[in-house]
Amino acid sequence: MTLRLDERDAARLAGDEGPAVALAMRVVTRVAEAMEADRLLDIVGAHIDSCLFTGMAALDFADRLAGGGARVSVPTTLNVSSLDLLHPELSRGDPEEARLSRLLMERFEEMGCRPTWTCAPYQLEDRPAFGEHVAWAESNAIVFANSVLGARTHRWGDFIDLCCAITGRAPAAGLHLDANRVATVVVRVGEVSDDLLDRDVLYPVLGGLLGPLVGKAVPVIVGLPSGVSEDRLKAVGAAAASTGSVGLFHVVGSTPEAPTLEAALGGRPPVAEFQVGPAELRVARDRLSTTTDDHLRTVSLGTPHYSVGQFGRLVEVLGDRRIHDGVAVYASTGRDVLHEVELRGWADRLVRAGVQVVVDTCTYFTSIIEDTSGTSMTDSAKWAYYAPGNLGVEVVFGSVEDCVESAIAGRVVRDEGLWARA
Amino acid sequence: MTKGCGLVPEQVPTQVFEGRAMVAGEAAGQVLRLDEPLSFWGGLDPATGRIIDRRHPQVGQSVTNQVLVMPSGRGSSSGSSTLCEAVRAGTGPAAILMVEPDEIIALGAVVADEIYGRLIPVVVLPADRFDDLSTGIRVEVSGAVCRVGASGQTASA
Repeated sequence: MTLRLDERDAARLAGDEGPAVALAMRVVTRVAEAMEADRLLDIVGAHIDSCLFTGMAALDFADRLAGGGARVSVPTTLNVSSLDLLHPELSRGDPEEARLSRLLMERFEEMGCRPTWTCAPYQLEDRPAFGEHVAWAESNAIVFANSVLGARTHRWGDFIDLCCAITGRAPAAGLHLDANRVATVVVRVGEVSDDLLDRDVLYPVLGGLLGPLVGKAVPVIVGLPSGVSEDRLKAVGAAAASTGSVGLFHVVGSTPEAPTLEAALGGRPPVAEFQVGPAELRVARDRLSTTTDDHLRTVSLGTPHYSVGQFGRLVEVLGDRRIHDGVAVYASTGRDVLHEVELRGWADRLVRAGVQVVVDTCTYFTSIIEDTSGTSMTDSAKWAYYAPGNLGVEVVFGSVEDCVESAIAGRVVRDEGLWARA
Repeated sequence: MTKGCGLVPEQVPTQVFEGRAMVAGEAAGQVLRLDEPLSFWGGLDPATGRIIDRRHPQVGQSVTNQVLVMPSGRGSSSGSSTLCEAVRAGTGPAAILMVEPDEIIALGAVVADEIYGRLIPVVVLPADRFDDLSTGIRVEVSGAVCRVGASGQTASA
């Protein structure tokens, strides 16, 4: 298939708008060709992940574009960085790396991006509408935009996110196209207790199970109560995009492209069908933990960034209790959510309880955690999946209730009964 | 490449097949085959070129200068910058052959070429070739064409 470019695309590629725009255009077109796209399409917004310092390559790339005078041409939000600029004292990393991270963040602001520093841009006020094309990177944001908002983005990654934002164009491929948005795999959840179906903790586990089951196929889930909340769908997506490459999933009765099973499947029979029951869920839950050592040192919440609703639940579970002296509890979020949390008077309560709120970044790759020995707990399947590799920690996955009770007790305590009765 | 040992190399059958080049280029090296998909971000340490995903069967193996053969990519959309950083640091693979196309990986290879002028070919394999490409076999990649056992050497020799 040959990629057809319009006049403006071709002119930019030829360097009419300078070398930086030409570089951005070359990256977009080379990836379009790799994906066998026949054209590019206009986007209305972008979310950029390349602002996370992953090494000199990230800075070299941003320098080439920002140094060449490139600016984004559509409203563009920024993903987490490697630094918490509101609480810089939390950083325990190499000062030189912190300096380079800061430099990288400045490059993106120079190019006209909004300094949102969140992996959950769908929790900001302006979010894409149903059917709108955007170029989002960050796997959990991508899967949320596609599945929950019904906006359209392919699984774009570091570098091309910025190139799309600069050019306002993205390859017409992958999840931008109708044909690739219909489900091909049916996942039937059955025989799960009503109690578990009504708990937040089910949803990251279900997502964690989905990844290896479907890979990068588009699944449709049936058997969940209708109207599953955004926070729960967020947990499914973040987990499925970590353990697999899921960029879009449908939940019958909950997501906008799945009013019925038939609609989600586009009227075609599925290529595969899976049953998920209590046994599969227990295995998936166990896979999220790497240790049985109950010596708790750290609890990390907020991967992806906690929403206002999730903070509400945390505050409710904590009550007036205090975290055990030997345990550090971190909750990661975006500045906008933190502002709302402060307005509601919850920030003070969290401080009194001993919870450290982290913004702009995330505890699963940044050197914030003081003590990586002992056991870390999390309510996030994504944190549980990546932190052992990134930080060298041992992890136990649990519900937010498990995490809070453990943090207060100073050792791991989990509600095993919930899963035994599942 | 000639070696001064003066022996006639043992005859190893050469297989030639054509895939689809996502990023076309020339490379050669020994196969490192992954039994499961790998997310480069969080799964590969670009400073050392080693696989650090503790749940991955090939954890601890080095991808440096290997022809990385994998079923597919996985997970994080930061995989492109991890691959690019590995290329910058000189720890990247020689080429990447996958059964499932993965544009995050292709993207990392494109940007490494644009910024550092070092090209890692990325080729989509015919699915039935995956099992033939076991770890240690030598492969030459040229555009979409792969020559397996091309130099008459294998790792076990």
